[in-house]
Amino acid sequence: MNTKRFRTNIMICAGTSCISNKSMEIRVALEAELKKRNLENEVQVVITGCQGFCEKGPIAIVQPDGIFYQLLEVDDIPMLVEEHFLKGRPYRKCMYVPTDSDVPVPKLMEIEFFKHQMLVVLKNRGRMDPENIDEYIAFDGYQALAKAVNDMAPDKIIAEVEKSGLRGRGGGGFPTGIKWRLAKDVESDIKYLICNADEGDPGAYMDRSILESDPHSVLEGMAIGAYAIGAQEGYIYVRDEYPLAVERIKRAIEQAKEYGLLGEGIFGSDFNFDLHVVRGGGAFVCGEETALIASIEGFPGRPRTRPPFPAERGLWGKPTNNNNVETWANIPTIILRGADWYRQIGTEKSKGTKVFSLVGKINNSGLVEVPMGISLREIIFGIGGGIPDGKKFKAVQSGGPSGGCIPESLLDLPVDYEKLTEAGAIMGSGGLIVMDETTCMVNVALYFINFLVDESCGKCVPCRVGLIRMKEILEKITNGNGEENDIAVLEALSDTIRKTALCALGATAANPVLTTLRYFKEEYIAHVRDKKCPAGVCKALISFHISEEKCIGCTACAKTCPVQCISGERKKPHVINQDACTRCGACKEACRFDAITIA
Amino acid sequence: MQLVYQIVEKYDRRESSLIAMMQDIQKSEGYLPQKALEIIAKEVQVPLSRLYALATFYKAFSLTPRGRHIIHVCTGTACHVRGADKIMDKLKRDLNVEEGGTTEDGRFTLEGVRCVGCCGLGPVIVVGENFHGKLTQKDLGNILDQYK
Repeated sequence: MNTKRFRTNIMICAGTSCISNKSMEIRVALEAELKKRNLENEVQVVITGCQGFCEKGPIAIVQPDGIFYQLLEVDDIPMLVEEHFLKGRPYRKCMYVPTDSDVPVPKLMEIEFFKHQMLVVLKNRGRMDPENIDEYIAFDGYQALAKAVNDMAPDKIIAEVEKSGLRGRGGGGFPTGIKWRLAKDVESDIKYLICNADEGDPGAYMDRSILESDPHSVLEGMAIGAYAIGAQEGYIYVRDEYPLAVERIKRAIEQAKEYGLLGEGIFGSDFNFDLHVVRGGGAFVCGEETALIASIEGFPGRPRTRPPFPAERGLWGKPTNNNNVETWANIPTIILRGADWYRQIGTEKSKGTKVFSLVGKINNSGLVEVPMGISLREIIFGIGGGIPDGKKFKAVQSGGPSGGCIPESLLDLPVDYEKLTEAGAIMGSGGLIVMDETTCMVNVALYFINFLVDESCGKCVPCRVGLIRMKEILEKITNGNGEENDIAVLEALSDTIRKTALCALGATAANPVLTTLRYFKEEYIAHVRDKKCPAGVCKALISFHISEEKCIGCTACAKTCPVQCISGERKKPHVINQDACTRCGACKEACRFDAITIA
Repeated sequence: MQLVYQIVEKYDRRESSLIAMMQDIQKSEGYLPQKALEIIAKEVQVPLSRLYALATFYKAFSLTPRGRHIIHVCTGTACHVRGADKIMDKLKRDLNVEEGGTTEDGRFTLEGVRCVGCCGLGPVIVVGENFHGKLTQKDLGNILDQYK
């Protein structure tokens, strides 16, 4: 492994977000600058997977010093190299500065975003090259598989996973060990494993990050599972929208095969396991396991009734065990460090850690891994650094389209499967979308219902038709035509869909409406009764106004208005013609004097 | 259409690989030409209706030709709360197309997409394979100018 030979390593993030922020240009500039300064044999540039703090990308970490650099630009590189690597003093300009302070925090582990995290699944993030199996092995990679195959009977492995308390990280939270045992206990010559990497929840991207930053941990987890259950073949069903993840997982499989860690006779035993990558076609419902199986078989991904469960009759009619990416990535650590160690983390019924994507109206957005039981407040205001621009927190949406919106009064809730369900949301795959006072909760409910209408597979009536009726009512409300009775009808419809839909997508489809009605009913009432959108979002219920005191007549708004409805002389306050205004908001965005308000 | 035969071969004419074959064609042609689907149906020996079912079920497929550059506006939740619909509206206005539409000159196709997994950068659009994040309406003009 290369890390030994160099004095220092600078680890550049090559997750999708950082790459889109041109981290590869930073890499080129760094390598050129190091060469120019004759440092190329002392300082090594290492490409890593996603390091999690996506908001601040492109980011880089200098090791072993543990110095964190953010928002790097090519122009910063000469000074950074000179200051840090020649003169030995970290370069202040690219350091992280907390929102409420002007003192830079140089060390990664002293930054609020990082210091409260607990890395189990993401333990290798930012410290190794995901495209190099040797580096994974150097960090104890494939040791758990060796231990499982050489020293543990399948029953013992399953017992260990059961004892660990690990539950499915994809949404349902079903105990992983029990699922494995069901699949193991079915007699069959052929069994299959599936890794669900069709991360469909909008706002969640931890699975993408795991596949991009540590693909071997997923392969190792699956190989252990295959050995325990008695499967010979596995499929990784990954979103086609994640090209980098597809590429890295394919490369990882090739390398593992080359090293004899996948394929025939693993570790000299008679255990064979082969893996295939299948690219998803872009259908949210394929996160449901029977739909996913149909998709792998080459059919439209429509769920079927269960039982029979996939453990009995799954892929091509054979016993099949399906877990999601994060679940699989937990397995090597559980086997290596033992269930007793793992059980210490978390709450009574939810063990271990969970990776959340903390996004939306939040200062520090990115991926965070925290022990179960931490409060939402700690995540949002501690790690996340609160809400930008001095705005007020309104809600956090957890669990994607099947989840719900949690209000401020419940922020001290310890995060685990049960507590989130009690609050009307779900853990889901771990998307936490933070909303502030400028987010309209009726609009959010409509957003999710629109999503689900689009993604409903159309097989059962409650979901196919019921959701369209809900959408119509929500549109009526946001268009300013709502009637008092509409809220009651929404509640009744939600209840019917929940009780009668065929699969989990339908059964939970009403959650976004139910939770917004439960916690933000006054906002619905404002839309229906007062014909107002308090958050200033619903176009039919708002108007834009220019403040005479604040407007200096710079004409920026008038120039940007697509319908030319803003008039006024230079250096004099402007006026918006309300009849022509389309409420696109371009003027508000263009105004540098905060003179445009929404009423 | 030689390519279609190669793709069918690549997947050993496996019925279970129909989606993968169609993805490859979608990627190289930008859509699924009817002729290509007819060849697959014949070679894999499945009815054409089976391919039509797949093509209309999955978001990844298009049965009509698309523009030279595909603009994917991320409509994931994080992008939504950060103003993705304003970005979409502005693009619709400037390009004079509806969602799913292609500009008259064949330069752009505008599509909404569920979530591209760059939630920290929202609102995000992806043009071709290039991501553009933390957008405001006024950034869009310069971005589109990069694509001829």
